[in-house]
Amino acid sequence: MATEFTLNGAAARFDGDPDTPLLWVLRDHLQLTGTKYGCGIAQCGACTVHLDGKNRRSCVTPIASVAGRSVTTIEGATGKTAEAVKAAWVAIDVPQCGFCQSGQVMSAIGLLAAKPNPTDADIDHGMAGNICRCATYVRIRQAIKDAAKHVETAA
Amino acid sequence: MMRGNTIALVIATAILPTVLLARSVLPAPTPLKDPTAFASIADPAKRSVALFGEMGKVIQSPRCLNCHPRSDRPNQGEAMLPHNPPVIRGANGHGAAGLECATCHGTANVTFANGTGSMPGAPEWQLAPLSMAWEGKSLGAICVQIKDRARNGGKSLADLVDHNGKDALVGWGWHPGLGRTPAPGTQAQFGALTKAWVDSGAKCPA
Repeated sequence: MATEFTLNGAAARFDGDPDTPLLWVLRDHLQLTGTKYGCGIAQCGACTVHLDGKNRRSCVTPIASVAGRSVTTIEGATGKTAEAVKAAWVAIDVPQCGFCQSGQVMSAIGLLAAKPNPTDADIDHGMAGNICRCATYVRIRQAIKDAAKHVETAA
Repeated sequence: MMRGNTIALVIATAILPTVLLARSVLPAPTPLKDPTAFASIADPAKRSVALFGEMGKVIQSPRCLNCHPRSDRPNQGEAMLPHNPPVIRGANGHGAAGLECATCHGTANVTFANGTGSMPGAPEWQLAPLSMAWEGKSLGAICVQIKDRARNGGKSLADLVDHNGKDALVGWGWHPGLGRTPAPGTQAQFGALTKAWVDSGAKCPA
């Protein structure tokens, strides 16, 4: 039986093995390659998407578990917080190689949705599962703070 | 594409030692005695203490102890090493904002696509509150703590029998997924031992 779910606001379905990881469905079947494969065992955060608005590692998410639920990927991240995060990322050139960055951005949006004005400790804890081999952590922290300030000022 | 694959390989290589370490020391499951094995102990108090000693094999197994830490960070694996990534308990035991337990843990175990292990999961996956911290404590201290309604979530002794024998998150300990040794025995045995311990006076080891 096919798995039906909402993907970036539109109806989506996958007719295959219900144990297939969401990441595989996104990248290989739906050609949404913005979400990255880093480790496949939820240790790096590169595959982060939003499931019903919360951060979720898609590499350990069987497609059957998203039936009837809402998935958002980097391609569909919209709204004032998402726009503020993306703008902040661009403004200070956060990425170096960029491979981990869609996961970083998705986690940052999820963090700010839950914690609109995060402290340094909140950022450390909330982003601890997203590894960056280029060590752009200082810029990631700054961009999250900039985005939070922008959202607060615009409100 | 090749650049992406190379980076993915670098990330995988960086975390591989942790995975291998967790898998290389996997011990075999250990058995658990039934309450009847303690029937020959005539003194109810001594029998009760012996029964809790047997329950302790479960309570102090990595499957239970890892999420009853003394700090705000759980442990993981057979060696009970600090959880990686470095998560925290958060305000309600469900993790930090942005990195909740549910960011990785679902309602059931998920075997990794590469077959090297699994992501554990169960309904209500969460960290035990600090009042229920067991890590680093003697079995006697844990016993006193488990009976203390101020520290055990308000449970009566009858509630403990039901909790140990039927609770779904407790039950995960015997079905921990690929790469983890199950808790000793079965949950039914653990529940029966708990009932026998309560019926014999719920005495604690010194």
